Amino acid sequence: MSSELISDYEVVHSRAKSFYERYERKPELQHQTHFCPGCGHGTVHKMLARAIDELGIQDKTILIGPVGCSVFTYYYFDVGNVQAAHGRAPAVATAVKRSHPGSIVIGYQGDGDLSAIGAAEILHAANRGEHISVIFVNNGIYSMTGGQAAPTTLIGQKSTTTPGGRNAATEGYPLQVSELLATLQAPVYIERVGLGDNKQIAQANRAVKRAVENQVRGLGFSLIEILAPCPTIWKMSAVDSQHWVRDVMEKTYPLGVFCDRTKEVQPRGLPEAGPSLDQIPHILGVADEDLPEGNSAVVEKAEDIDLHVRVAGFGGQGVLLLGEVLAEAGLDAGLEVSWLPSYGPEMRSGTSNCHVRLSSQPIDSPLVTVPNILIAMNEPSLRKFDLSVRPGGWVIYNGDTFPADCMREDVHVLALPFTQVAHELGDARACNMVMLGTLLEIANSLPQASIDVALRRLIKNPKWVELDERALTRGRELFKESLQEV
Amino acid sequence: MRKQLMKGNEAIVKSAILAGCRAFYGYPITPASEITEAAAEYMSQTGGVFLQAESEVAAVNMLYGAASAGVRCMTSSSGPGISLMQEGISYMAGAELPCVIADITRGGPGLGNIAAEQSDYHQVVKGGGHGNYRTIVLAPHSVQEMADLTALAFELADRYRNPVVVLADGFIGQMMEPVEFPQTAVEPRQPDWAVAGTAATRGNLINSLFMDIDDLEAHVNALEAKYRIAEERETRAEEWNTDDAEIVLVGYGIVGRILKAVTAEARAEGIHVGVLRPITLYPFPTQHFQRLAMRARVFVVVEMSNGQLIEDVRLALNGARPVEFLGRTGGNVPSHDEVLALVRKLARRYLPVNAVEEERMANV
Amino acid sequence: MMNVEKRDRGLLRIDVDECKGCGLCVEACPPKVIGMSVRLNHFGYRTAEYAGAGCTGCGICFMACPEPGAITVLRAATRKAGQVPMIDTGMEGATQCASN
Repeated sequence: MSSELISDYEVVHSRAKSFYERYERKPELQHQTHFCPGCGHGTVHKMLARAIDELGIQDKTILIGPVGCSVFTYYYFDVGNVQAAHGRAPAVATAVKRSHPGSIVIGYQGDGDLSAIGAAEILHAANRGEHISVIFVNNGIYSMTGGQAAPTTLIGQKSTTTPGGRNAATEGYPLQVSELLATLQAPVYIERVGLGDNKQIAQANRAVKRAVENQVRGLGFSLIEILAPCPTIWKMSAVDSQHWVRDVMEKTYPLGVFCDRTKEVQPRGLPEAGPSLDQIPHILGVADEDLPEGNSAVVEKAEDIDLHVRVAGFGGQGVLLLGEVLAEAGLDAGLEVSWLPSYGPEMRSGTSNCHVRLSSQPIDSPLVTVPNILIAMNEPSLRKFDLSVRPGGWVIYNGDTFPADCMREDVHVLALPFTQVAHELGDARACNMVMLGTLLEIANSLPQASIDVALRRLIKNPKWVELDERALTRGRELFKESLQEV
Repeated sequence: MRKQLMKGNEAIVKSAILAGCRAFYGYPITPASEITEAAAEYMSQTGGVFLQAESEVAAVNMLYGAASAGVRCMTSSSGPGISLMQEGISYMAGAELPCVIADITRGGPGLGNIAAEQSDYHQVVKGGGHGNYRTIVLAPHSVQEMADLTALAFELADRYRNPVVVLADGFIGQMMEPVEFPQTAVEPRQPDWAVAGTAATRGNLINSLFMDIDDLEAHVNALEAKYRIAEERETRAEEWNTDDAEIVLVGYGIVGRILKAVTAEARAEGIHVGVLRPITLYPFPTQHFQRLAMRARVFVVVEMSNGQLIEDVRLALNGARPVEFLGRTGGNVPSHDEVLALVRKLARRYLPVNAVEEERMANV
Repeated sequence: MMNVEKRDRGLLRIDVDECKGCGLCVEACPPKVIGMSVRLNHFGYRTAEYAGAGCTGCGICFMACPEPGAITVLRAATRKAGQVPMIDTGMEGATQCASN
């Protein structure tokens, strides 16, 4: 008889399809949740599962679980599940959503997780307007760890770490997350609801669905803060704690919609597909056919080349560029090269220097501690590196006269007012290229074609290419002239 | 393949994208910022995701998310930032998520300075995070290796479902050298364990939580078994003039380059010196040490730290040979001359031929 | 058929294994037709118990209940006008169901 009667009734409210029938990931008692009797999390779980059912998004949904009492979202929700570190669900959700923009990514967090340790993550996810939905369950206390104070604990509320009740003078004020996040421009929807009575529960149910629906519609960041009871830690009956939400918590945390831009924002579609695989080497600039052939064929006496060059001067004198042109030219000429910028303690006080090696053999160390050519673009640089030059090596110094106390018997010196020369050529800033020209003439190991290639690769402005070419030529001449003078 | 001049930090990013990496979440820090900047430039152009996070903590948890979603992903940082990332590295190892982290080491402890050191060895190789886990650590010593080992890092990360760190220093990151790249890009693939927001992956779970004590022990044992396999299969080291080496110089990264230069000079003086450069810092190339110990009389560890690698060298040798040390910190680099002077001193102490020669000369 | 009356619009099933006896459904129920059992269930909880009559099928107890499947709410199947069968109170059926 009973079955006949039941057959006349339709099930209208029952376990959501988005819940597992049996919680097989739970080690024991797999037919019921791990939540205490009367816990708000269970109620919120049901709202979320129902929303997923109603929106038909179970397969697309990825739920990011928090740390706290609701850590086991993956026990219950039959959706894709990712368990995050304490407070980091918004960061995890950000990347999951950006990885699969077509998925529906829901972050579920408690108030310790979201408003304390994860305050930065939720703030920035909201501020970026991540297309995620955040369910924020606020019960004003750390429940899982046994009732310590949270940023959301009410003034005067006792906890194990505020045994005398929260005191604003020492613990600050309850953090109003919804109000705080609503000051941002990016969020689309922020609402605070409660589980304090039937009316509040009905509204909470609508709000949770709305937060998920906003994402389904491609609108942007939504957060629903839910004031929820914790009978166990509050040491109240389930019914009393429900009333406490309505009668006490709500005074500190007023319910309502704090931000609603759902009518203003344009829904976002899915991003365009990336380039085809065969395009990628070209985009990265590493495809062989996009790289020059080089001029290695014209290098003479390749087996003899072993340049250890140190270039030093003030920042802005083009020290690094000088070295780069030299290294680029060396590579073009088929040599082994390395370029290492001044780095670390040497970067202080505006000085700059770089190590350049060009060799016909594989280069062991890119550090040039004993250069065979030093380019010193000013006196401090000369004084710093003069003694390091290898006997028989060269010092090319930018100055009228070489300081007498830096004079060494065992090295060649060419001291000239290179800045002045560059100025006469049209711009004092071309001093580096005049000095490079001199170095190239001394080293006499790189084809002009390689220098031209390097210059054009590194200097984009044609006016400067022209000036630098003249500067290089002048530098070469200066060296030849110096030989005639001797 | 044609070579081009490129900074190590840029080579990492280009190699990563060629290896199928399509997500970069990072936070700038000297001397690793060029990696973040290059990723910003190229990720979006190649259909990937670039995001500058609000902190290293957020960045590494974004990696956790991207890896959970099945995307090859990476980040970069340096000492202080790596310290902050340790949380996420532990979680990723626990949840068996692949990712690549480039650590361009700077000076420490604390704010230290921005100069190159090798003082992140302990926090990277030994794991600065909590729990029973390992990270696979690769140590490039050239721009070409920055590219090659980054590509390898993605393969190992996927093979072992574990974070892999490319541990370099400011020199290797900032330096430009000729580098060549593979001419074909790896196709990004969605692993079947990932959570992708599809019906097929709905049952998947990314998690490092095991409430049952036996379940956690089984999980830890499974991780450990994986690391044992890596120890058997993945160790790499470069040997340089080690065939007849009586003094073996040991160093990784930029130090390896300096040691090679010293070797040439020491050999010119008749001292049989070789270089053993670990490329995988974990798993540690123990076998190389044990084999070289049969001939060598002394091992000399040279580091830009106050002695971190040396602990693994001592463990690998297990007392078989004496281990000497030369370390510089603060951004100083052990100079060619410093190392050579130590080699000469040790040659007198440990090599009988030289000792005899020394005595003879003293008597002359 | 002396006791024939218009049947209830709603009906409740309570899974006594899943129910933890928090009492929120008792508080939530507008017609106040849910009470607590005297007997403890297998896990030591007094569980929710449908009084057997008066359910309107509103579903409020379902939403207030923290357990996913502890409460199932049924509503009388809608029929064309004039076809609604006159049946017994449904008490027997609900009782039967609650003890499942």
